[in-house]
Amino acid sequence: MSKLKNILFVLIFSIIVLNSSNSAEKSPPFLETKWTFKGLFGKFDRASLQRGYQVYTEVCASCHSMKYLTYRNLAEKGGPEFSEAEAKAIAASFEVTDGPDSTGEMFVRPAKLSDKFVMPYANEQEAKAANGGAYPPDMSVLVKARKGGADYIYSLLLGYSEPPEGVELDDGVYYNKYMYGNKIKMPAPLSDDLIEYTDGTKATAEQMSKDVTNFLMWSAEPHLEQRHKTGFRVIAYLIILTVLVYFTMKKIWSRVESKV
Amino acid sequence: MSDHEYTPSSKFGKWFNDRLPLLTLANHLTDYPTPKNLNYWWTFGGILTFCLITQIVTGLVLAMHYIAHADMAFSSVEHIMRDVNYGWLLRYVHANGASMFFLAVYIHIFRSLFYGSYKSPREIIWILGIIIYLLMMAAAFMGYVLPWGQMSFWGATVITNLFSAIPLVGESITTWLWGGYSVDNPTLTRFFTLHYLIPFLILGLVVLHIWALHVPGNNNPVGIDIKKPSKDTVPFHPYIVIKDAFALLMFCIVFALFVFYQPNILGHADNYIEADPLVTPAHIVPEWYLLPFYAILRSVPDKLMGVVAMLSAILILAALPWLDTSKVRSAVFRPLFRQFYWILVADVLILGYVGAMPAEGLYLLIARVATAYYFAHFLIILPVLGWKEKTTPLPLSITEPVLGGSPNLAAARSDEKIEKTIK
Repeated sequence: MSKLKNILFVLIFSIIVLNSSNSAEKSPPFLETKWTFKGLFGKFDRASLQRGYQVYTEVCASCHSMKYLTYRNLAEKGGPEFSEAEAKAIAASFEVTDGPDSTGEMFVRPAKLSDKFVMPYANEQEAKAANGGAYPPDMSVLVKARKGGADYIYSLLLGYSEPPEGVELDDGVYYNKYMYGNKIKMPAPLSDDLIEYTDGTKATAEQMSKDVTNFLMWSAEPHLEQRHKTGFRVIAYLIILTVLVYFTMKKIWSRVESKV
Repeated sequence: MSDHEYTPSSKFGKWFNDRLPLLTLANHLTDYPTPKNLNYWWTFGGILTFCLITQIVTGLVLAMHYIAHADMAFSSVEHIMRDVNYGWLLRYVHANGASMFFLAVYIHIFRSLFYGSYKSPREIIWILGIIIYLLMMAAAFMGYVLPWGQMSFWGATVITNLFSAIPLVGESITTWLWGGYSVDNPTLTRFFTLHYLIPFLILGLVVLHIWALHVPGNNNPVGIDIKKPSKDTVPFHPYIVIKDAFALLMFCIVFALFVFYQPNILGHADNYIEADPLVTPAHIVPEWYLLPFYAILRSVPDKLMGVVAMLSAILILAALPWLDTSKVRSAVFRPLFRQFYWILVADVLILGYVGAMPAEGLYLLIARVATAYYFAHFLIILPVLGWKEKTTPLPLSITEPVLGGSPNLAAARSDEKIEKTIK
């Protein structure tokens, strides 16, 4: 009876904890899609990450920075895993200001693997001025900075529609059913065949949304694959050790007339 | 303490022990007679020690890479997550470790409440525990500010603003705490310093907590005084050590599930947005472990009274040994108290739930009722219950309820064996 009560309270407790980490906000259920990075052995879809980078760099990067990423990250294990030559070529296609040189002058050179992703705007003010007063958020950890994570980003990218009856929108404001307050200053960024994938995949809006969300998930959690792999080993080790310790405990306590 | 005189076997050991009796201490800790009927709710003391050490060790390494500066804190955390070897592991263990620490401390406190462990002669252990709990909350709150995300910044703003409710000197105190006229770089650096200091204060208090425990010895599920050592007790090593180890491993599995598979579920998404003094988040919520007190704070319309209510909710626990008038410790023999105990548990869970919700409408009403009940439990129900309640008869020893009255010769014989091994 008291065991039952304990279990009941653990249940109530976990429901409350899980509930409170969600929230009172009502938004429509997210669009469903299968993510390969979820689950005990979740891994990124390498090809999707590479396509996702293409979407980011050809579409998103004109407004959104990714200031915590470095070009070398593109070639690192657990990420898009471009070859080092490819990553170098990607970096070289961007220009960075370096210096001062020995004469005290700043100079422009092609980016190297060790450089951070080049930002679209010089500063936040310029970004706001170019985007009707709204600051396009930095995308490095965006997936973790939004409730709902990857599902939210994916749904938002596909959540644009005409506003329902009675909703008035100002100029430069768009309707998106997944956005907080339904009003967003970013116009629908993706449409079918907006870009041409280098690997020949058909660039539907769904495909691009999925690829770029995968890419953003990786950029927010670059060590996710290592985390899952280590986690499985740690937990397997702990379970085996727990079983061994359990039998040791039983053996030791068998000398005493008492329950363990 | 019931230790017999201990003499080290080696000559050097004896020489050393005469000058610094560390070996006597070690001997006391291994032989320490512990009630043999302790259940798994008693393993959380060991688990909490583990949590504290984990936080200190991971925190130490994190501090080597973290930069306490308003312009660099957020990116230094990203640096830890991306470029420091196993930095992601250290940070996730430390962040989830705080939640695990509180989960364990709440179980530890509610175990004490159920079995009356706070009653005479263990009042000092209990009060030391309350001080540790207060320091834990301070450390956790300041730690949450360090990543300098939106929730860090606004949480710090809300909590430090509470001090401005103090009449006359409130505003000056708040400015003094901030080191300026708003939460800013000076606030961050002092919070970092204090966040580094508090765990060591806790460590010192934990030593006192355990020292005070070793004077009367453990309470037990039956709640009666026992002779030590006797057939009711087992030596701490190996019996309790192995049992604590088993429970700790189970706890670590849960811990690992959070760290490796849901590392951000207990946090708030807004804290991955860098602090911006010009943008207020839609809902400012503290971490889950502070929610019941946050609910109490918000349920009082007046700011000052809200702060007073929140503080009293914690400090009232320190008076508990004198508010609970019942002579019987364990709830096992207190049928009425048992009912009220579970109502209190539900009440605190409800407070935690409404603490996460917006303070309006039905949620606010529930919060007020639950707050009133929380205080009523300690100020009215417990004192009255002690006088009115008819408790069920207490057993004479632990062995009696364990054997259930029917004479068990085999058991009696094995008990004799134990007594011999103890001696």
